[in-house]
Amino acid sequence: MTCVARLFHLPSVLFTNEKETVMSFYPLVIVLLLMSAAGYWFGSKKALRTVRKSSNFLTPRPHQFGLYVVIWSLVPPVILGVIWAVLQTTPLETDTGAMRQIDQVVFPVMLLLATGAGLYFSILRINPDLRVRKTIEGLVYVLLILASIISILTTLGIVLSLLFETIQFFGKVPMSEFFFGLNWSPQTALRADQVGSSGAFGSIPLFTGTLLITFIAMCVAVPLGLLSAVYMTEYASNRFRAVVKPLLEILAGIPTVVYGFFAALTVGVFFRDLGDSLGIDVVSESALAAGVVMGMMIIPFVSSLSDDIIMAVPQSLRDGSYGLGATKSETIRKVILPAALPGIVGAVLLAVSRAIGETMIVVMAAGFAANLTANPLEAVTTVTVQIVGLLVGDQEFDSAKTLAAFALALVLFIVTLCLNVIALMVVRKYREEYD
Amino acid sequence: MLTQAEANVENGPDTGNGVIISTRDVNVYYGDNHALQGVSLDINKHQVTSLIGPSGCGKSTYLRCLNRMNDTVDSCRVTGEILLDGVDIYGPSVDEVLLRARVGMVFQKPNPFPKSIYDNVAYGPRIHGLADNKDDLDEMVLTSLEKAGLIKEVQDRLHSSGTGLSGGQQQRLCIARALAVRPDIILMDEPCSALDPIATAKVEELIDELKENYTIIIVTHSMQQAARISQRTAFFHLGEIVETGDTEKLFTSPSDKRTQGYITGRFG
Repeated sequence: MTCVARLFHLPSVLFTNEKETVMSFYPLVIVLLLMSAAGYWFGSKKALRTVRKSSNFLTPRPHQFGLYVVIWSLVPPVILGVIWAVLQTTPLETDTGAMRQIDQVVFPVMLLLATGAGLYFSILRINPDLRVRKTIEGLVYVLLILASIISILTTLGIVLSLLFETIQFFGKVPMSEFFFGLNWSPQTALRADQVGSSGAFGSIPLFTGTLLITFIAMCVAVPLGLLSAVYMTEYASNRFRAVVKPLLEILAGIPTVVYGFFAALTVGVFFRDLGDSLGIDVVSESALAAGVVMGMMIIPFVSSLSDDIIMAVPQSLRDGSYGLGATKSETIRKVILPAALPGIVGAVLLAVSRAIGETMIVVMAAGFAANLTANPLEAVTTVTVQIVGLLVGDQEFDSAKTLAAFALALVLFIVTLCLNVIALMVVRKYREEYD
Repeated sequence: MLTQAEANVENGPDTGNGVIISTRDVNVYYGDNHALQGVSLDINKHQVTSLIGPSGCGKSTYLRCLNRMNDTVDSCRVTGEILLDGVDIYGPSVDEVLLRARVGMVFQKPNPFPKSIYDNVAYGPRIHGLADNKDDLDEMVLTSLEKAGLIKEVQDRLHSSGTGLSGGQQQRLCIARALAVRPDIILMDEPCSALDPIATAKVEELIDELKENYTIIIVTHSMQQAARISQRTAFFHLGEIVETGDTEKLFTSPSDKRTQGYITGRFG
């Protein structure tokens, strides 16, 4: 963790306000920006004066020369700053006077010099043949690449931190226990002589619980979502569709915590009372209640994806089927759904991965008891619920209990990633067929 | 209705030119758009009738009235009288689904279902329960493919996908698919406009053979095609029929100036 923190350790000009600093961070930035603004003004003025009059051909426009100057005045100090920040992450903890001197005097001066040099040379170079548009396009290209690299690096950072903590966890708890153990009770002793000091870290009950709730959720979401998508695409009039489709999608906008207390306070109690009146024993935080509510949450997800996929089936196939004397429902069952099937499978897989990762509903409705059962009327717990349970409250950061959360998260991540990759592959393959 | 089709098959080709479809004063509206205005036209049995005219003149709209495909368009309204063997097809006793089995349709763009070649052809017989058993169905599929002139090209890959065929083969597969439900009439909406000249020639040859047993109405943008394959031609312009007549006469000595302008390429 410390190494991650150090990666983002910026030059200390950022933080210090001491007297020997030539300039502290924010004034420095403002000065640099003012310099490049002045560069923009001078650059475009010079362009207007020299370039426009000197050529009979089309030339870049003055503001583009101005931008060119801005780029050359800002890119060098930014690069310098990044290099500086990276150099500071080297494990030189010696906080000598010389180091501080470099950090607080030399660095700001270097930045100012770099900006000045950039300004001077770029203004000097302005002439009609200078291809400033190419420089500007190049900057746009670099910015776009940076944006995607940052998001990729973030993902990578998360995965790596999960991975390292998981490796630590498997140093304390054997892999075979985690993957094949049937017993989950992750409390560890605070004192060595305490009773029950060793916890049990078998994750099987968590994964079966997750699967059970996900299965119940899909039993609700797939038929309802798919049938409503068929109705919306094939039967509903345009006016009805324009009103009802947004309403259906409001379901997707309800915060999951609202679904959570709906599940815990309304649906759970409803199923328990229903069970009582039928003489069946149903606990109030049953897997059934959590699964049904989660299914409700996923309906718009399934229906809106299936809707797009069914709409993508070409009208010519419908015409072909009607032209042979098929009824509407025959056409849907025998032509449209089979043609859309791969895409629908993809949509369902995406919905499954959504259900597996869902946390709030199950935290509130499913309970913490790690029962190994396939009975939907009993309470089960899920991977996400246990991760929350492990990390809530005061924790020792290197105990097996805390580290177990990372191991669970990593497995969960791998499972949902695989589901998403398969789903996207299936959907893409289907798309290609009709283009 | 199917007994009529079977009767035709048993009695052999009926070369008599009795009227099979008779339309009187047909008007079609798409919302406020009056797309077809008072069209009256008779279609003779076992002939090829071609409908020509510039784009947007209503010939496809007219074609789609004949098997009530326009019913699938929400805003569409049809008035007038369309008699098929003397029965008004927009009458209350007519089931438009069965009508479409009797009046088959082949579309502009080949539209085989994403199923195997066999399943494409077997689709119609299956939904209408025409085959009593597997052998019966096999025979229907093979006969239809043979009539559509496709059997030689596909007989050893009946169970590979229909969408994997070439454009011309796909169009003949669609014709085979329409033939499999034993229609009396086949409507073709620019069946060759997406095909290359060689595939077009094959489809035209096929149409010529099919007219022995079926009545064919074809919409086409190619006047040469109309002249080559049809016995009668109707010229549509701006939602009306301008001129109807024997193909040869219409192309050699048209009686209306607009027809003459169109077939000589002066407009349209």
